[in-house]
Amino acid sequence: MNAEDSLYNPQEARIIGKRKLTDDTKLFELELENGERLNQEPGQFVELSIPGVGEAPISVTSSPTRGLPSFELCVRAVGNVTNALHEKSIGSTVGIRGPYGEGFPTEELQGQDLLFIAGGLGIAPLRSLINYVLDKRDEYNDINILYGCKRPCEQMFDDEVNHWARRQDIYHEATVDFCPDNVCWGGNIGVITELIPGVDIDLDNTYAVVCGPPVMYQFVLEELDKKELPHEHIYLSLERRMKCGLGKCGHCQINGAEEVLYACQDGPVFNYERVKGFEEAV
Amino acid sequence: MKAINKNDFSEFVDDLIENDDREVVGVQTKSNEFAFDPLKSAEDLRLDYDVTILPPKKYFMPQRETLVEYNLNEGETTPVNQVVPRIIMGIHPYDLVAIEQMDKVFEDTHEDPYYLEKRRQSVLVGVNMANVSDRSFAHTMGTATTDTGYDIMLTDIGDRYAIEVGSSKGSNLLEKAGQAVDDITTDEIRKVKQFKEELPKKFKKDTKFDPFELPSLLKNYYENDEFWEENAEDCLSCGTCNLVCPTCYCFDVQDVNDISLSEGERLRTWDGCMLEAFAEVAGDENFREEKAARYRHRYMRKGRYMYNRFGDIACVGCGRCSEQCLPDIADPVEVFNQMKEGTS
Repeated sequence: MNAEDSLYNPQEARIIGKRKLTDDTKLFELELENGERLNQEPGQFVELSIPGVGEAPISVTSSPTRGLPSFELCVRAVGNVTNALHEKSIGSTVGIRGPYGEGFPTEELQGQDLLFIAGGLGIAPLRSLINYVLDKRDEYNDINILYGCKRPCEQMFDDEVNHWARRQDIYHEATVDFCPDNVCWGGNIGVITELIPGVDIDLDNTYAVVCGPPVMYQFVLEELDKKELPHEHIYLSLERRMKCGLGKCGHCQINGAEEVLYACQDGPVFNYERVKGFEEAV
Repeated sequence: MKAINKNDFSEFVDDLIENDDREVVGVQTKSNEFAFDPLKSAEDLRLDYDVTILPPKKYFMPQRETLVEYNLNEGETTPVNQVVPRIIMGIHPYDLVAIEQMDKVFEDTHEDPYYLEKRRQSVLVGVNMANVSDRSFAHTMGTATTDTGYDIMLTDIGDRYAIEVGSSKGSNLLEKAGQAVDDITTDEIRKVKQFKEELPKKFKKDTKFDPFELPSLLKNYYENDEFWEENAEDCLSCGTCNLVCPTCYCFDVQDVNDISLSEGERLRTWDGCMLEAFAEVAGDENFREEKAARYRHRYMRKGRYMYNRFGDIACVGCGRCSEQCLPDIADPVEVFNQMKEGTS
């Protein structure tokens, strides 16, 4: 059987960089062994595999505008595959299938004001689009980035976050749910929804791009509703445990009264207007 | 249409078992039930069965199937497709319809070589239903007979089997029976027609719905939480209804190392949306935590989602889920009847 025909045979990728982001989350820089580019679009995901342990769907956190031919995965150690990846050292190889799925609509967003809302690890997929947009800064209008974490030590990509904060052409606010007394924190303390009223939203031209833990969406969407942002102007990146990435295994189905969506084919990035009737969406 | 004496057919099957390179499997007794298994002798073939424990999907999508072999020391992966060419004897029409539906699934979006190659290398010998299980409602689902999906189709007409050829694979197989295959008589054609016409009378389930009402009935009932909670109340979340269903194909992908710990296989294994962990994601989130939500999902899938995607009602009325469900709450007829009566 030809490797290309298999659909399931991973490509070998070498870890060329590994960096601790938080106590349980690391950033891996990978390069395909065949020297080719991954050719991902912002918001797409790959099936990461470690032979003997298994596969897990991971969103690509790097923008295709940067670091080519390598790409980056931001991975929290929470399961078998992610824990095994954390044990891997620079120079070792892993398997990659993909990229899969529908990413962010970069063309539709051109010329618009953008409001990024990231909660916790949700920054990982959003970062692919944030850096994409920053690298094509002229093609996009105002950029607002709201980033919330549980506590200061869980904020990731500090250097990039500091860069956003310094830039005059980006509105950036960070928040933490809780800050211990002995930690210095210059941002807001409270949930991420507290930051939304402070954003200047031009209803006709603003698009919100949201990613975070499932519990976050409802509250963020309520807050965006108060701003009266049209639902067609909201994009959500949703997480499911895709086992195949090919629209077959059934695990990532999001069901509704009318139809079923496959997060791995129709998503993982969805327009809110499209998914709001799906009670399983968030 | 052709015909063959039953004795000649047995000799033909024995000859295939003996001399054909392909594995010959067929329906046989297994304890007090019937199952598709490799045939040792034509004597064991039971073309008069009512329903098998598992549908023949296991031959195209095995319970455990190797996708990729890997070497742990070198980190190398090699795709493998373990295809056993087969002649499958005695498939009922509803199972043939189910296989045609599965073909669409594995051809859609990305063509799945594992399933499709196994299908290509299989010959499907159908048989019209001589007996009907108590739980079957294939007559209502329009799957008690079929004009497609088989390579050859047999009908018991007394001393002989009538034979309909559905494909070149089928005519090639039949050539191996040589002179034993005869032209059918006008009287026998009438018998086949009569066989099919009288078949609906053999079904015992009292159905009150039309299959093509199901997509809209299900849409109307989607938000009726009470309906799903009541029906799912005794569900054990065991997933048996998924496993025995001829149109269920959801799967898991997992790595299994061999005992040397130097090699292993990435397997595709059957999975089921009724199992509690099916829609789990990291961080202890579960998008279908309640059994009523899982129970509803299974029905939505059978009666609405697959219809939207492929135009097929993905319940073929075999009655296996109903028959195998321990708390006996999986009978689609009960649920569909309730929906129909509640809205009419």
